[in-house]
Amino acid sequence: MSDGKLVGIVLVSHSAQVAASVAELAQALAGGGTAVPVAPAGGTEGGELGTSAELIAAAATSVDRGAGVAVLTDLGSAVLTVKALLAEGDELPDGTRLVDAPFVEGAVAAVVTAATGADLAAVEAAAVEAYTYRKV
Amino acid sequence: MLDADFFRRWMAATAVSVDREAERLTALDSPIGDADHGSNLRRGFTAVTATLEKEAPDTPGGVLTLAGRQLISTVGGASGPLYGTLLRRTGKALGDAAEVSGEEFASALRTGVQAVMTLGGAVPGDKTMIDALVPAVDALDDSFAAARAAAEQGALATTPLQARKGRASYLGERSIGHQDPGATSSALLIAALAEAGGE
Repeated sequence: MSDGKLVGIVLVSHSAQVAASVAELAQALAGGGTAVPVAPAGGTEGGELGTSAELIAAAATSVDRGAGVAVLTDLGSAVLTVKALLAEGDELPDGTRLVDAPFVEGAVAAVVTAATGADLAAVEAAAVEAYTYRKV
Repeated sequence: MLDADFFRRWMAATAVSVDREAERLTALDSPIGDADHGSNLRRGFTAVTATLEKEAPDTPGGVLTLAGRQLISTVGGASGPLYGTLLRRTGKALGDAAEVSGEEFASALRTGVQAVMTLGGAVPGDKTMIDALVPAVDALDDSFAAARAAAEQGALATTPLQARKGRASYLGERSIGHQDPGATSSALLIAALAEAGGE
């Protein structure tokens, strides 16, 4: 537990619609009224497909409640941009972590877990574990 | 010795070259990528040129760290964090010296290339920008011209390779027979270095 502060979740996709829709889906599946701060960072600032360092940094800042921020990404430049920002040290809030998880299932697991007041390590573990959820 | 003005000339020459070759880079990126490499790098280096004119950093390290940060911000594709990390780590390795020797620059660029390999996970032979940059750094102790020749050779040598990183890797064997766009733009970056050095 983390002093009643909730872990923030950032969802980074090449597509603004994908990021926003997965955020909506995860919050809905976490149950109504959940206060988990979730922010999408999709596409470029110009509204095209791609990744924006500025949108990612702004999203991370907006969901930071002091309990850490879990960042989930789709692929390619989304992963590399978050890694590059983390490597710079001062671009993202303290306690921001790139979580290695499937985007949709991981986002749902992360938001549901964060809604219980779990700490960043537990949120990350839940998101990573989503990789083991087999469908067939 | 290499001063801030040299590094500004390098970035300016890269911007001109990327602008001139943008259509070719995008064409190379069409069969094995998502056909945006030229336009992404053109947007990035145009922004680099503008921000260097505006903020006018006065050390080699300052020029490259600012250029790298700008690329991470503006490119929008994987080449942004990759080239941004290359320049920013090279710039950080140069520290705040007003001038650096060729040897110091070669060592710093090697640090930058290593950081790109760590970030993207690519090694030589994966059909990426690394295949141009590693031979270029190895040849940099001789001359900028030697580095340019090595980078161009490295880029050409990506054609028969099968991609193991990035979107092109999804194509498997179908990536064979295409020159890698990232290695090609890396060769432009190194060629601009020779241009800035008057070679």
